[in-house]
Amino acid sequence: YAWDANEEYLFKAMVAFAMRRYSSRSTTQISNVLLCNVTDRVSFWFVVTDSSKNVTTVPGSEVEAAIRMNRNRINNAFLLSDKTLQFLKITSTLSPPVEPSTPAWLIVFGVVLCLVVAGIVFLIVSGIQKHKKKNKESTERENLEEKVEVTLENGMPCEALDLKAGHINGVFAADDERFTSL
Amino acid sequence: LSATPEIPKEDGRPKWDNKFQYILSCIGFAVGLGNVWRFPYLCQIHGGGAFLIPYFIALLFEGIPLLHLELALGQYLRKGSIRAWNTISPYLGGVGVGSWMVSVLVSLYYNTVLTWVMWYFINSFQEPLPWSVCPLNENRTGFNEECYESTAVNYFWYRKTLNITPDIAESGTLQWWLILCLAACWAVVYLCTIRGIETTGKAIYVTAIFPYLVLTIFLIQGLTLPGATEGLIYLFTPNLNTLKNPRVWLDAATQIFFSLSLAFGGLIAFASYNPKKNDCEKDAVTVAIVNSMTSVYASIPVFSVLGFKATTAYWDCLDRNIINIINEFDLPEESIMRQNYTSWISFLNSSYPEKIAGLKLKSCNLQEYLDQSVSGTGLAFIVFTQAIILMPGSQAWAILFFIMLFSLGLSSMFGNIEGVFTPLLELQIIPKSAPKELLSGVICLISFLIALCFTLGSGSYWIDIFDRYAGSVPLLVIAFFEVIGVVYIYKIKRFSKDVEWMTGRKLNLYWQITWRFISPLLLLIVFMAFVTLQMQKPPSYTAWNPKYEGFPMKEEKVYPPWVQAICVLLAALPCVCVPLVALFHLVKQKRRSKDPSLVPPEVFSCQGANS
Repeated sequence: YAWDANEEYLFKAMVAFAMRRYSSRSTTQISNVLLCNVTDRVSFWFVVTDSSKNVTTVPGSEVEAAIRMNRNRINNAFLLSDKTLQFLKITSTLSPPVEPSTPAWLIVFGVVLCLVVAGIVFLIVSGIQKHKKKNKESTERENLEEKVEVTLENGMPCEALDLKAGHINGVFAADDERFTSL
Repeated sequence: LSATPEIPKEDGRPKWDNKFQYILSCIGFAVGLGNVWRFPYLCQIHGGGAFLIPYFIALLFEGIPLLHLELALGQYLRKGSIRAWNTISPYLGGVGVGSWMVSVLVSLYYNTVLTWVMWYFINSFQEPLPWSVCPLNENRTGFNEECYESTAVNYFWYRKTLNITPDIAESGTLQWWLILCLAACWAVVYLCTIRGIETTGKAIYVTAIFPYLVLTIFLIQGLTLPGATEGLIYLFTPNLNTLKNPRVWLDAATQIFFSLSLAFGGLIAFASYNPKKNDCEKDAVTVAIVNSMTSVYASIPVFSVLGFKATTAYWDCLDRNIINIINEFDLPEESIMRQNYTSWISFLNSSYPEKIAGLKLKSCNLQEYLDQSVSGTGLAFIVFTQAIILMPGSQAWAILFFIMLFSLGLSSMFGNIEGVFTPLLELQIIPKSAPKELLSGVICLISFLIALCFTLGSGSYWIDIFDRYAGSVPLLVIAFFEVIGVVYIYKIKRFSKDVEWMTGRKLNLYWQITWRFISPLLLLIVFMAFVTLQMQKPPSYTAWNPKYEGFPMKEEKVYPPWVQAICVLLAALPCVCVPLVALFHLVKQKRRSKDPSLVPPEVFSCQGANS
């Protein structure tokens, strides 16, 4: 929006409003606020006069305090912010960031960890079940095979062979010597 | 013996569900975080598009041959790295042990990097993003000083995430939030590797394919951002003069080597689960080319975003100057725009030079912002997070970005863990009756406990050390011995016959030449150059020290002697395994030959091809 005399009027009204709220001087009028040195940049000086005591200005510190208290209202009247509507020598107080009771990241972390642990437990349990089923199957199969036949080796039942009495062939025994040496 | 076709036996060895799973696992192992945050950086500092020339030459003469060698080896011998090298020759058993050790060391620190990614990921669900605003100081009059002097993004990374100490000798305390994330990361790794390739084979479908999706999304988004074209032009404009610098060729060779994850033993393990009659030559070429294409593809969104960030910083600089000028000269709002800024400046400089000088305007140069190159964690956690804040809908972009990084790292972790898991499984350190889940659980638990050291205040300094020393020189040494071992000890003729039997066609001359001469020679040169460059200056690091005068610049410090000893140990330990094991076998042989009770064996050349 363009800065014209109406905006200036609004500004005077806001300053008067601020003065009234701060020091409860209900006598402050819009005509008490004087603007001067208005430039194209839209920057200007302003003073607030005291109508009770003629031709004196309200001390700057009081005006500063009043504006600081009502900064939010003044900003919103002009649809501006602390950065776009600057009062020189009035620094803005910073609002603290909103801290939720539990940090948000902890919640997300909890969700992730629960999912992972659930997955691990599921896999381990299914692994154990598969293992048990395989064991049961293999014992069933072993019982079945025992009934079929006695395993034979060269016409002799295996149990008859005394494996310990056999002769160990030196060539095949040494495991590491399987390969040609360098 | 090796030429006769064997009847495939049921040896109870686990196998891939299908060929695609195997290829995807190899690609996932090769494509990792380095493709996203190291390759674009190298492209940028080494003359843009011109870097692709040494990169592809290195790929052709070093990357593909070594990859084919490892895959063929694993597939033929059907054993993990330790057993496989023992089979080739007992004197080369050290190569397997060395690569197993490197896999262990790298797994430890790599998962801690993933911890950081996870921490950022779970923090991305907040509005506003925690790294976009500075916290207030105690009396709420201003911002936290450390944050104010550097940037909010830097503060979140160095203070809120790492809580970094100013010196590596100061260990600081364990950061409980990092411990939680580390536990979660190791739990995820355990979940995925619990039964070896049975489970990683399923998980890889997600972790290997998802990053490509996200990269495409970022590509589309990145190209629509203002300033993206400047970034891309800057990245890809070739500057052929840089090719005269040997450093460029060295970087290309090392990048290809480390990017393909060679010499970890993980590729051998993956290939060992293949059926014997599998075309490993095609696989190797496929994996290598996909890896390189991914690097190039990933650098496009990265540089679009970096160009966007540089342009935004440039505009901010201009805007600040414009505000100052307008305030000083009381000009109407919007009289000076970015477009006519330069003409205004020259006009004002000629008419009111003293006033302009008095304003102390910062000279805004887009090139300067584009030149700020970062790689590694700095790119992901500082530069990219800053760029994400500027994008509309930052939470979504942050979440996507960090999930992508997590998937990339996780698929590489599968390969690392497989390189640790398979040899241990074959060495049968746990009884055969015990389930596989127990071994993987023990590995993950022990690794988690050791990796707690990296959650200390000085943890990130230690990770840098591990990355620079344990994950670099030993790999070069091991790969060199791999090639020499296969070509000259196992004999290239025998190996060619094995490969021909597997692939069903004769070995190309290209493989013969590269395996026999070019690759070992290249590795030797790269190793020498690498070591020479490291030795040129005393090993130093940059520390984040808020009390430093030059803060927010990082302080350059030299490693204390005990840390340097650890660096040497990390680099030397895997390498020294090779001669040690050879020596051990030599001594055993000598003792065996002195013992007269044993009959000396006949010349019995058994290939040991039966698993």
